Amino acid sequence: MSFVPGEPVTAVVQRIEIHKLRQGENLILGFSIGGGIDQDPGQNPFSEDKTDKGIYVTRVTPGGPAEVADLRMGDKIMQVNGWDMTMVTHDQARKRLTKKNEDVVRLLVTRKGLENAVRNAMM
Amino acid sequence: MAARIDFATQCTAQPTSDDNWGETTTAVTGTSEHSLSQEDIVRITKDLEESVGLGCRRYLSLTLGLLLGLLVFLTPLAFLVLPQVLWPERVQPCGTACEGLFISVAFKLLILLLAVWALFLRPPRAALPRIFVFRALLALLVLLLVLSYWLFYGVRILDSQDENYQGIVQYAVSLVDALLFVHYLAIVLLELRQLQPCFCVCVTRNTDGETRHYNLGQLSIQRAAMVILENYYKDFPVHNPALLTASKSRAAKHLAGLKVYNVDGPGNNATAGQSRAMIAAAARRRDTSHNELYYEEADHERRVRKRKARLVVAVEEAFTHVRRMQEEELKKPPGEVMDPREAAQAIFPSMARALQKYLRTTRQQHCHSMESIQKHLAFCITHNMTPKAFLESYLTPGPTLQYGRERWMASQWTLVSEASVTSSLRDGTAFLLKCIDFSLVVTTKGIPYIKLSEEFIDPKSHKFVLRLQSETSV
Repeated sequence: MSFVPGEPVTAVVQRIEIHKLRQGENLILGFSIGGGIDQDPGQNPFSEDKTDKGIYVTRVTPGGPAEVADLRMGDKIMQVNGWDMTMVTHDQARKRLTKKNEDVVRLLVTRKGLENAVRNAMM
Repeated sequence: MAARIDFATQCTAQPTSDDNWGETTTAVTGTSEHSLSQEDIVRITKDLEESVGLGCRRYLSLTLGLLLGLLVFLTPLAFLVLPQVLWPERVQPCGTACEGLFISVAFKLLILLLAVWALFLRPPRAALPRIFVFRALLALLVLLLVLSYWLFYGVRILDSQDENYQGIVQYAVSLVDALLFVHYLAIVLLELRQLQPCFCVCVTRNTDGETRHYNLGQLSIQRAAMVILENYYKDFPVHNPALLTASKSRAAKHLAGLKVYNVDGPGNNATAGQSRAMIAAAARRRDTSHNELYYEEADHERRVRKRKARLVVAVEEAFTHVRRMQEEELKKPPGEVMDPREAAQAIFPSMARALQKYLRTTRQQHCHSMESIQKHLAFCITHNMTPKAFLESYLTPGPTLQYGRERWMASQWTLVSEASVTSSLRDGTAFLLKCIDFSLVVTTKGIPYIKLSEEFIDPKSHKFVLRLQSETSV
């Protein structure tokens, strides 16, 4: 996942559908995000390229909706319900994930090893 | 030389076989009553032969300087007085301007006198081997100046018996002005020129490797040697020959066990090959002297630390026994009242043994006599020094000036140099300052030409942002 400024980003992604869980009056997804264009990319432990300012999954609560949907720690979220997440601020990302009128979020995530897996499958 | 004397003491001590004389070498100290150490012999001979030569040269230069000074001071006065004496009736009377010039001559001569006293009439710091080139040149310049003025005076004024007295007085004033300018030149050449540092000299003592660096200006080799020696007496720890015997005995042991046999018959045209074979064999031999050195040093370290602990405790206890008498006790003294020397003598015995043992372990016992220790103790008591301050001069070897005059050997230095000693220092100059049993190796390096560039930072440009790393759970 190398990013060349000005060029379109290409990545092998996996579709993940998470159904939000109602806890009291909150709808939770069961994971934590880190990163964003207003954050410091050098402290991201999951990114390969330390200038990558995308949104990453930093924690997945065990037994939560995200784990059930096969979201893993270290995944980079590329799209949420069609909205791009590669060039957003941290707060915008949070807002896109926690919209109160949506029960389901469809994510496109990418992780290391997906490209190899696809290549091995094709050979 | 040292070997010869060692042999002498060994013969009187005990008969040992010839093979391991290196292992029984005794250290040469200056305190044995039967043998004169090498230092004493050389010192006596040098004192005898040099007191005559240097004294002559110093007095010669002193008389020449005095004569020149007298000439310089009396010449303007002579210029002023001679017309009044030789042709008084023809001389024009001195008007106002002329008498004003008298005051000027008087004050300028006074200033010249004070300036010469400040610059030249100082006690000499050192006796250098060759003449001081700048001083000689300046003296020559002054002599030429005065002689040319006298020549002019003699031809144009004395011979023609000039009547214009004001002109003569102005002539005398111009001479005094010229002399003041020569004095300015003397200050610049003798004092100011060497202030700006442009060489860095590295001074190493050849016996134990103590090294210091100094920054010097443009000096001749002999003057640089003088500055270095003045700094040597305050910077370098005192030279202690007793500390060097260990490495010499190790070196002797290294080669002592090898003997070379020539198996190819009596043709000995391979002496160079022989010594090389010996070196190679000695290097290949698996000896454990590094092991011995390591354990010996660790052992010595521990022993020194133990003795030091005992010494510190003993001195602290000794110092608690004496205290300063308070003001209100003056009327009714509590016990026996003592002056510092007696107080020192009273508390010295309780710490003497520990101190003696410590000095023996660190091999400094010949640097400090009992007399000097008691004097130092009295000094410390007088000035309210703590036990730690008293011990400072015994725990670490101090500069040479701290010890008695017999350690200074200030008249035994020899300057050994390949270039002429009056030539100036240059990058790469090396010379040697030899004392009796050690020498100082001096190398010169030029201080690099520094090119400094500037970078302007606008104070408003100091702006900061926080490094954010937030994690939000959704």
